[in-house]
Amino acid sequence: MGVVDREFEKLEAAFQAKVEAEQRIEPKDWMPEKYRQTLIRQMSQHAHSEVVGMLPEGNWLTRAPSLKRKAILMAKIQDEGGHGLYLYSATETLGISRDQMFDQLHSGKAKYSSIFNYPTLNWADIGAIGWLVDGAAITNQIALCRCSYGPYARAMIRICKEESFHQRQGYEIMMTMAQGTEEQRDMAQDALNRWWWPTLMMFGPNDSNSAHSAQSMQWKIKRQSNDELRQKFVDATVPQAEFLNLRIPDDQLKWNEDRGHYDFGEIDWEEFRNVVKGNGLCNRERLQARVDAHEGGRWVREAALAHARKQEARKAAAAA
Amino acid sequence: MTDKDMLFDYLLRLGDNSLILGQRLAEWCGHAPMLEEDLALTNIGLDLLGQARMFLSYAGEVEGNGRDEDRLAYFRDTKDWRNLLLLEQPNGDFAMTMARQFFFDSFQYLQFEALSNSTDERLAGIAAKSLKETTYHRRHSTDWIIRLGDGTDESHERMQRAIEALWGYLPEMFDMDAVDEAMVVDGIGADVAALRPEWDEYVNGVLTEATLTRPEDSWSVRGSREGKHSEHLGYILAEMQFLPRAYPDAKW
Ligand SMILES: [Fe+2]
Ligand SMILES: [Fe+2]
Repeated sequence: MGVVDREFEKLEAAFQAKVEAEQRIEPKDWMPEKYRQTLIRQMSQHAHSEVVGMLPEGNWLTRAPSLKRKAILMAKIQDEGGHGLYLYSATETLGISRDQMFDQLHSGKAKYSSIFNYPTLNWADIGAIGWLVDGAAITNQIALCRCSYGPYARAMIRICKEESFHQRQGYEIMMTMAQGTEEQRDMAQDALNRWWWPTLMMFGPNDSNSAHSAQSMQWKIKRQSNDELRQKFVDATVPQAEFLNLRIPDDQLKWNEDRGHYDFGEIDWEEFRNVVKGNGLCNRERLQARVDAHEGGRWVREAALAHARKQEARKAAAAA
Repeated sequence: MTDKDMLFDYLLRLGDNSLILGQRLAEWCGHAPMLEEDLALTNIGLDLLGQARMFLSYAGEVEGNGRDEDRLAYFRDTKDWRNLLLLEQPNGDFAMTMARQFFFDSFQYLQFEALSNSTDERLAGIAAKSLKETTYHRRHSTDWIIRLGDGTDESHERMQRAIEALWGYLPEMFDMDAVDEAMVVDGIGADVAALRPEWDEYVNGVLTEATLTRPEDSWSVRGSREGKHSEHLGYILAEMQFLPRAYPDAKW
């Protein structure tokens, strides 16, 4: 074994010891290249999800049924954009630029949460997204607040504070709809039927099939397994659905006294893979909308840059 | 028209302006040229929506027929809307959106400044709060006029085209009809015709700094104070009002 290898092993051992000791890894600290790559993949995917996630909700912004709902939804979507911004900056600490991340998104190399490839078809979908999708996101993100990478953990703490408002406003929409006219109840049930299973898929593959999980757990990027988090979400959400008097579309859903958890049916992983592969109802539109915004905005960004350069040149000329 | 009718109409004009422009900005959501601008546009849209809600709630109370902000926003058809023609014009490209915003912000800044001295205390309060917001909006749109005007050849061309396309909608902002006159006499409303010189001075200054050419006053259209609109408003309303109209018994 060469000197370089031994040196590397020492660094890696020190890194792992730091992680075990629950100390945060900071951008300037040494880290294994694969740790860095894993974080870039996960964090940029997270940032992209916040931004792509603005689209299905934005789809109802101009049609919100009261001015108060419109204002709440607008504030919520604005928060999501803000989350995207923090997360892009946190990811930049790993040595990748926002433009590079956009390129990866637009070329299909980087993913975003597949949940946003489903369409928002009625107003209750806005309720279901807040209640279920933000609810699932919170479950994941609370676990990430203790992630070993400092900038990610701090971004998550900041984001989690805003997320509970998102879930509350969603649940409130569902409540109003569930207690409303027959047509509104139908919309609420229809939304729950369509969003329930895709939400459970948000936690990722079963632990037995999860490609990245073991290493991420060892690095304490991940603190709880996909299945643990999914169970936690189901246990918290079932009573909320009962309170709304809405039916969760799963015949096998049942309280299990021995386990102290709800049992639930098998996820249709074929559908999951299919949507990830690009066969969801909105995959092409979502990505195209982002590409169009970016390409269509190029002249604006170039103008801002050109103007800033001119200003600087003038300042320099005035100083000379 | 009684005094009450006139005040109601006057408040509708203020509320409808903010609401229709806010609705237009909401269309940008998720599609802006950069993420920072997505946030800025929703921020401004939220302010406008907040202003609209205050003006419309007040209008409903003045009218005294039990119409609240939502009844006024969702159950009036085009002929009863009082927003300026400028504000219902489509977003177009980012230059068009910013030009529309800039012309209105710089007008609204002066109008709110005047209205914050209104003898109607509630109106004065809403105007004072809105003035703070509009100060930020005006700074934001002014910066973009300058950046795009004095940016690249392409951005300069786009911005020049945008201000020319909107120029004829601007005189309407400074029109005074019987309602405006009555509001001015009572010390409630703003003398918008008198705001023109100061508006011109500000706008000219910004256009010069942006290396843009102030268009000739060759055309102008008007009518919103009597409910005469362009064809665009009908589509805005069809989209905005769809749910409450389709399910009139529902509460949301
Ligand atoms: Fe978020
Ligand atoms: Fe959220």
